[in-house]
Amino acid sequence: MSMLEINDIHVFYGAIHAIKGVSFEVREHEIVTLIGANGAGKSTILNTIAGLLRPRSGQVLFEGRNINAVPASRMVGLGMALCPEGRRIFQQMSVRENLEMGGYSRPAAEIAGSIEDVFQRFPRLKEREKQIAGTLSGGEQQMLAMARALMSRPKLMMLDEPSMGLAPILVEQIFDIIRELHAAGTTILLVEQNAQMALSIADRAYVLETGRISMSGEAKALLVDDNVRKAYLGS
Amino acid sequence: MIFLSNLVNGLSLGSIYAIIALGYTMVYGIAKMLNFAHGDVIMVGAYIAFCALQYWGLPPVAALLAAMLLCTVLGITIEGLAYRPLRQATSLAVLITAIGMSYLLQNLALLIWGANPKSFPSVMIQLPTLSLFGDQLKISGVTMMTILANIAIMIVLTTFISRTKMGKAMRCVSEDRGAAELMGINVNRTISTTFAIGSALAAVAGILLCSAYPTLMPTTGSMPGIKAFTAAVFGGIGSIPGAMIGGILLGVIEILGKAYISTELGDAIVFAVLIIVLLFRPTGLLGKPIREKV
Ligand SMILES: Nc1ncnc2c1ncn2[C@@H]1O[C@H](COP(=O)(O)OP(=O)(O)OP(=O)(O)O)[C@@H](O)[C@H]1O
Ligand SMILES: [Mg+2]
Repeated sequence: MSMLEINDIHVFYGAIHAIKGVSFEVREHEIVTLIGANGAGKSTILNTIAGLLRPRSGQVLFEGRNINAVPASRMVGLGMALCPEGRRIFQQMSVRENLEMGGYSRPAAEIAGSIEDVFQRFPRLKEREKQIAGTLSGGEQQMLAMARALMSRPKLMMLDEPSMGLAPILVEQIFDIIRELHAAGTTILLVEQNAQMALSIADRAYVLETGRISMSGEAKALLVDDNVRKAYLGS
Repeated sequence: MIFLSNLVNGLSLGSIYAIIALGYTMVYGIAKMLNFAHGDVIMVGAYIAFCALQYWGLPPVAALLAAMLLCTVLGITIEGLAYRPLRQATSLAVLITAIGMSYLLQNLALLIWGANPKSFPSVMIQLPTLSLFGDQLKISGVTMMTILANIAIMIVLTTFISRTKMGKAMRCVSEDRGAAELMGINVNRTISTTFAIGSALAAVAGILLCSAYPTLMPTTGSMPGIKAFTAAVFGGIGSIPGAMIGGILLGVIEILGKAYISTELGDAIVFAVLIIVLLFRPTGLLGKPIREKV
């Protein structure tokens, strides 16, 4: 079944036509990746799905329901979470408070338990529970951003360049966590610059070029595709 | 002793500025706008209390609650009607709207209550006066009430912001509106609540102000409003402790300046100090240094 379906969306920033008729789908329990160069429109698409931006035309369907008009603040209640580009954790709040905010849409009684669950997956964050988030290292901030998104127990987790600016060992760790989440039943839509890593973990992939999808298919197939190798894998 | 007495008066005036400055600073921190109509909500609050005491025959506590309640409604209405439609507009458009709203409130007050100054009933005069040092230092009930109210408001507000779910939501919206929405926070409701709190505090400030300086006119709120805004900038706009410190310092400087330097120049001294502080600390005493976005 299709968890997320995007039908021919067009998104504008004022007069700038950033997304020019994009359609794709994410099925339940899949890992789908969206790759593309800087400025291709990957973040614009994720922000549109999350309701932070509105498509001028076209539909976004989540579990079969049109969510074009749903306010961004209701999306998390429907079961999707976005771990945004640049992390956007609440710098002036403590690690624990950031996690609490991640569970904002859930009953207060369940929050403490969920924080413990999240700490199991991210033991490093537990050690830094009281620390102000802005003072965490880049890798720790990325862990916190992912942990915060997980606090809402999403069915669909969208990640926007989670490996950006991280050392290779941390990138490995982040991808291990994505694999674990997937194994635990979460559907994943992953945006990455690191096409090699993204394609090796994903079931299917879409290649975005200046606001349009130029290629799509099985991730394994794209990994060995000549055009993709030239453009995104540097060989 | 005269110095001490001046100091106490400065603390009291400064407390009023601090309570008003809280409204400016919270709205700025969370909605990212300067609500120049805030000073006029003080005036409306004072008129409501005046009517409640003088015409409706309500006891003082009920008059206070009535003023707080109606100002809360007023604040939410102003935000919803005038500012919310401009959420995506330039800050200049919002600023002009706020200035327009300020004149609108003053002119409505003129229409309803007339231009003649009203004498605010001295309900707090019955409060006991505190005499210290064998009657050398007398602190009036109004003064004590004002300072205590300020301390109480500060404690309650700080606890609210740091502990409650709504308080935390406010901090999130203040830091990153988009990320707050991703958490499921209703930004409009959060901003509305901020206006409600600021306006209820404005009503309290209006009553305290008119108890100390009992002349009530449609322009009563302007000067204290501007000074409290100055206090908020002085302390670091967006910062709650900054509003507190800025307000109190401003009140003390104003009263001491008037007492020891020049009565006429009291206000000029206040603004001169502001300019000097901003030269050395452009973001105010407790303001965060502006981080350049990368
Ligand atoms: N707020 C904005 N205002 C105007 N144009 C924007 C805005 N945000 C993005 N754009 C433009 O929209 C296009 C797509 O941007 P987007 O951020 O979605 O790209 P991206 O694929 O996520 O790139 P990156 O890999 O660098 O994150 C770009 O041409 C960009 O310049
Ligand atoms: Mg991007």
